[in-house]
Amino acid sequence: MAMAADEIERLIKEALPDAEVRITDLAGDGDHYAAHVISAQFIGKSRVQQHQMVYSALRGGMGDQLHALALKTEAPAGR
Amino acid sequence: MAENQVFERIRSEIDNNDVVLFMKGTPMFPQCGFSAAVVHVLKEMGVPFKGIDVLTDPPIRQGIKEFSNWPTIPQLYVKGEFIGGCDIVREMAQTGELAQLFSDRGITAQNAA
Repeated sequence: MAMAADEIERLIKEALPDAEVRITDLAGDGDHYAAHVISAQFIGKSRVQQHQMVYSALRGGMGDQLHALALKTEAPAGR
Repeated sequence: MAENQVFERIRSEIDNNDVVLFMKGTPMFPQCGFSAAVVHVLKEMGVPFKGIDVLTDPPIRQGIKEFSNWPTIPQLYVKGEFIGGCDIVREMAQTGELAQLFSDRGITAQNAA
C-alpha cells in the first residue's frame, strides 16, 4: 500500500486550492511522508480541525494507503 | 459489537479517566513509534494517564477513528476532549500549550522526569 507524493499534493490542492504544500518523503517507501500545508482556509480553525481538513482531502487514504503523514499545518503568516 | 456499544465504551473511558491515550501497545511496551512518542511526552511531563491498547481490541481500534473522525492511532483525550494525535501532541508540548492545557483542566504533573 503506498501513495505517491505528487498524488498527496494533488489531493490536498484539490480540496484547498490556495494551499502551499511541501511534501517530504521520510522513508522512500511511499508510506511515510511529512507534509507542510499553508492555507488561508485554516484561519480560525484548531489544529485538530486543520489536520482533519487535510485528512479528508486525502479521501480515506490516510491510515489505509498512507501509514504515516507527519503533518504541519498553518495559516499564511500575518493572517 | 454495534457501533453505539463501542462509542459507549469509548465515552465511559474518556469520561472516567482524566487523561486517556488510545495507543498501539501499552505504556510500558508501546508497539508503534508514534504511540511511544506520546507516551514519552506524557511521562516527561509526569502526567498520569490511562493507556488503552487498541491492538488487543479491534472494535475499539476501528471505532475510535469514527468516534473522533481521526484516521490514525494514537489519540489523546483530556477530560473527555480529543486533543490530537502524535504530531499535535508533540507540537503542543514544544510550544507549552500542552502544559497549559493540563493546568487549565486541573491536571497536575506528579513527578516530572
